[in-house]
Amino acid sequence: MTWFLTNAWLIPLIPALSFVVILLFGKRLPNKGSEVGVIAVSASFVLAIGTAIAWIQRATSGEEHLRPAANNDLFLWFKFGPSETHFGIHIDGLAVMLLFVVTFIALMVHIFSLEYLRGDRRYTYYFAALSLFTASMLTMVSASNSLQLLLGWEGMGVCSFMLIGHWWEDKANSDAALKAFLTTRTGDIGLLIGLTMTFFLAGQTFDIEKINQAALAGHMPHTLLLVAGIALMGAVVGKSAQFPLHTWLPDAMAGPTPVSALIHAATMVVAGVYLVARFYGVFSQAFHIFTPGNSGFNLVAIIGGVTIIIAALLAFVQHDIKKVLAYSTVSQLGYMVMALGVGAWTAAIFHLFTHAFFKADLFLGAGSVSHSGSHHSFDMKKDMGGLRKQMPVTFVTFVIGSAALAGIFPLAGFWSKDEILVGAGHNGYVAFMVIGLIGAMMTAGYMTRCVWLTFFGEYRGHGHPHESPRQITGPLIILTFMAVVAGWVNGFGLHYFQKWTANPVVESAMRLGRVTEAPFSWAAAALSVTLVLIAIAFAWAYYEYHAFGFLHGLTERNATAKAGYTFVEQKYYLDHLWTDVVVGSIKRPIAAGAYWVNQHVIDGAVNGTAAGSRVVAEFVYRYIDQDLVDGAVNGTAFSAEEGGSILRRMQTGRVQQYAAAFFGFGVVIIGIGLLALTHSF
Amino acid sequence: MDFPILTTLIFLPAAGAAAVAVVPKTREDIAKVIGIAVAVAEAVLAIFMLVDFKVGEAGFQFVSHQDWIPDFGISWHLGVDGISLFLVLLTAVIFPIAMAGPKIHGQPKAFLGWMLLLEAGCIGTFLAMDLFLFFLMFELTLVPMYFLISGWGYANRVYAALKFFIFTLAGSAFLLVGILAVVFLTSSGGHLSFDLIDVARRTSQLTQTEQRLIFMGFIIAFAVKTPLFPLHTWLPDAHTEAPTAGSVILAAVLLKLGTYGILRFGVFLFPKAAVDLGPILLTAAVIGMTYGAIVAAMQKDLKRLIAYSSVAHLGFIVLGIFAFTSQGISGGVLQMVNHGLSTGALFLLVGMIYERRHTRQISELHGLQKSVPIMAAVFLVVMMSSVGLPGLNGFVGEFLVLLGTFITHRWWAVVGSTGVILAAVYLLWAYQRVFHGVPEGENAKMLDMTLREKAMMAPLLLGIVFLGVYPKPVLDRIQPSVDHLIAHVQHADPSLHLPTKGVGPVVAVGRDDNVDGGSTASVTSGSANAAPAPVPAGGTP
Repeated sequence: MTWFLTNAWLIPLIPALSFVVILLFGKRLPNKGSEVGVIAVSASFVLAIGTAIAWIQRATSGEEHLRPAANNDLFLWFKFGPSETHFGIHIDGLAVMLLFVVTFIALMVHIFSLEYLRGDRRYTYYFAALSLFTASMLTMVSASNSLQLLLGWEGMGVCSFMLIGHWWEDKANSDAALKAFLTTRTGDIGLLIGLTMTFFLAGQTFDIEKINQAALAGHMPHTLLLVAGIALMGAVVGKSAQFPLHTWLPDAMAGPTPVSALIHAATMVVAGVYLVARFYGVFSQAFHIFTPGNSGFNLVAIIGGVTIIIAALLAFVQHDIKKVLAYSTVSQLGYMVMALGVGAWTAAIFHLFTHAFFKADLFLGAGSVSHSGSHHSFDMKKDMGGLRKQMPVTFVTFVIGSAALAGIFPLAGFWSKDEILVGAGHNGYVAFMVIGLIGAMMTAGYMTRCVWLTFFGEYRGHGHPHESPRQITGPLIILTFMAVVAGWVNGFGLHYFQKWTANPVVESAMRLGRVTEAPFSWAAAALSVTLVLIAIAFAWAYYEYHAFGFLHGLTERNATAKAGYTFVEQKYYLDHLWTDVVVGSIKRPIAAGAYWVNQHVIDGAVNGTAAGSRVVAEFVYRYIDQDLVDGAVNGTAFSAEEGGSILRRMQTGRVQQYAAAFFGFGVVIIGIGLLALTHSF
Repeated sequence: MDFPILTTLIFLPAAGAAAVAVVPKTREDIAKVIGIAVAVAEAVLAIFMLVDFKVGEAGFQFVSHQDWIPDFGISWHLGVDGISLFLVLLTAVIFPIAMAGPKIHGQPKAFLGWMLLLEAGCIGTFLAMDLFLFFLMFELTLVPMYFLISGWGYANRVYAALKFFIFTLAGSAFLLVGILAVVFLTSSGGHLSFDLIDVARRTSQLTQTEQRLIFMGFIIAFAVKTPLFPLHTWLPDAHTEAPTAGSVILAAVLLKLGTYGILRFGVFLFPKAAVDLGPILLTAAVIGMTYGAIVAAMQKDLKRLIAYSSVAHLGFIVLGIFAFTSQGISGGVLQMVNHGLSTGALFLLVGMIYERRHTRQISELHGLQKSVPIMAAVFLVVMMSSVGLPGLNGFVGEFLVLLGTFITHRWWAVVGSTGVILAAVYLLWAYQRVFHGVPEGENAKMLDMTLREKAMMAPLLLGIVFLGVYPKPVLDRIQPSVDHLIAHVQHADPSLHLPTKGVGPVVAVGRDDNVDGGSTASVTSGSANAAPAPVPAGGTP
């Protein structure tokens, strides 16, 4: 079985090759290249399962599991001074888990896309981009050094640009693609700086393992480590759509729905979470995660906590079903980031694991609704409602997915969210535990609203709703199954997941902070489930039975409530801040100002020198050379006609101007030259 | 005696130019065949040189040293090391592409003749190890470029050509004075020497003020060529008005004469002054990077946009050079090659668009991805290389520059990384406006790349991907020479490179008393294989 561990590099390589094959031959194949993509991802999935089994065997076979199965030396990438950077893979519990999740979700998305994008104008291109995207993500999660991680990270950025803007004929889609790329790229300034700093802090190495060890060894000056941590956090905020750079993610729903499921629910946006989890030595030391009393500045937890609430509020005011899910993703990513911030490492990646299944399920469910129920619309208020009768499979899978997201016992989301809350409390972050509980109630509320608007009440659309075909419902059923059971690997106090993903870096960080893993607590579980059920009941009563009458229409009656609603509906005006104020000012006034300076000041100086020299030259020529010298020599008056023609030539031709300018320069230079030669200074 | 490959590299295109010139006007087909055959032969020759180049050696190789005007200490002295190797190769590869690829509007015969002469000049500049010879070659590139712009360019070509000519010539005046000054001031006992190595060994005798002044003279000349902010305004005009081939060569090769000159003649001859005045140049570089990027964002003409992006990119190279670290300078050298590949390719693509649509205005182009999907894909890849996407060539150079700058000049590096992001803004925005959307009218009827155009882009794309995925072979050849240069600088200014607080150990570049040894050894014996002969550095011979 160790074959799988040492050859795990095949997993990213196969989709990468598939990209090339589809690009070169896709159009000529009977299924326009989609078959290559599906086969490649299936192969990777099989290998990922093999790797997972091999890893579990190894991890449960004794102490050896602490050592990652790394193959750090596939080939020497480049060598610089004393530091060699090898292209290699790093296989441990975290990597294996992500390899499995990514290939699994990617496979579901590939199959779903076969039907969903049938007849698309760029079917082949779509599958090529999908392959490259998968390959990038797989490269990132199995990277053994930070440069390789960056390669996958940025590769995903480009693929998301290509896929979000898949229907680029429409300006809105093209704008969304650009926004996604540029926003995440803004965060990447932090990544470049952070990786550079960790490179030097760890003694010139890109090896992530060594960077973590160096950070834990405590040799690094804390200030520099903190700066590096903040810089890396910038990248996390951009890529994982955390507050305040989350604005790109909801817009990114402009891409085809399966892409939303792949990129914006299960894989790409978790890259930021993965970055924190992978560089946990750096983060835990930089922000004193395990010693909360030591520092009041835990940026990771703060960003995560703020994002949970901010995004959950936004999810309440959306009309577009995909945007509800998008903000829900932002909020759930906030949970993961917060969990990492409060030291609940296992809980964070466990939530990443379970979230992937139910969120992909929900996104594909939304796709199914739009494909067969609402005539390609995503507007819940205008084109949906009452679909539970016509689309029973989609309905059931969507409701189960929603329940899993809301954290209903014993579905997947319950176990992971519970662990985060317990972990926060256990490590002394009580405030963040409360935020998490409030967030859980809000999640339950907006998902109830979403389900009610889509599947209950009267049908408000104009299409002929019917159930989707099997290529679509198949993945839905499989994903729903996973949304139910995925939590059990660590649930019921079993802690298999914890054992399989045990990470030496995290363990030493916890030892340093004298912190232990939080135990499972039935009391906490009961509390969170009760709160969630209350939230659902409240929301259900509000929408279905129009209970709490004083709340209905409150925004029309009460100015404060209306202002609050508008504030949330306008996404806290962050979009205006980024698009209009920041980007707008760079695009318009700043760029225009710089260009004006360029044309009038800098270039003006050049042309001015030329013009000035021309005036001098004219003077010299006309009065000194022609009148004085020439006049004296020949004793003849300058013919007016001839002088005029020369002047005309001089004014029209620029040769003279420049010759004069050159002359002027020459005088200056010779002056300097003489000075230099005579040693006079 | 070994085959004088470097001399051949200079004379082959020069002879080709002469051959093209004597072909009768009526037989332009023959001129074309000769011209392109010579350029291809040159490329093959350059590849042979690459294969024969010994990895891991810091000194000059294939050295050719003949007396030329012994009374003035001028010699025909050529050599290639890791710093110039890939620039020569880039020149030799990009010329045949620029000559054979884009359509020539006007007389092909004279065009090809000037191109070959230009190639001889460029190669000569990269190979010269004699200050006089260098100056000669440096100036030789001016005349053909002037005629190429003014003869085969677009509407405002005469203005642009003159502006280019005068600007560079004015800069060259500083260079000439600088060269004469340094040669006269370092002459010993009335014995002049223009030889690079001789001069380098003697410059430490000069006073600090002399060193700084002459260094600034050199730098002004090279800064115009590079172009470094604020001496850049000739570039957008020259680029916009030049014919496609001219723009390609201008961007890919001519600008590199400036940055190469800074390294080989500025830093190498005046290491102390270079370190002292480095912060000024670093600042100019960083301003140029952000400024070029911001101004590029607002251009309406595609060629002007790429021209301003060159200002930004070349600023990055200068940043790397004046970081004075192994990573910084190696990254800078690599970035010279990268910029040549990606910007050359971008100009070729814009040329293709212009040939079809007769406009370069971004506002008139729309939705081209629909009508020309292959061109759009190629554009995307090249653009991503220019943006610095990992996996493509631009990233490797940029990241090395950032790493290298970070060690010695942290804040400049931070501003520099912002520049990396800005590149994404203006290029992607332009891409969106040109390629996205639904094309109408002329835009919808545009034809995709022809086989010949694909063939022309293929080597560039290959280079872009290869250098991005596996830069090791290239870095292995560049780095020893760069380390050697840094050791030389360090010798002149021992205060350089003390590990800055908190940032771990910096690259160990052996503190070698015999810093000039490598280069000198191969020079004195006239062979690259000779054992390094100890030569006292800095002292009087």
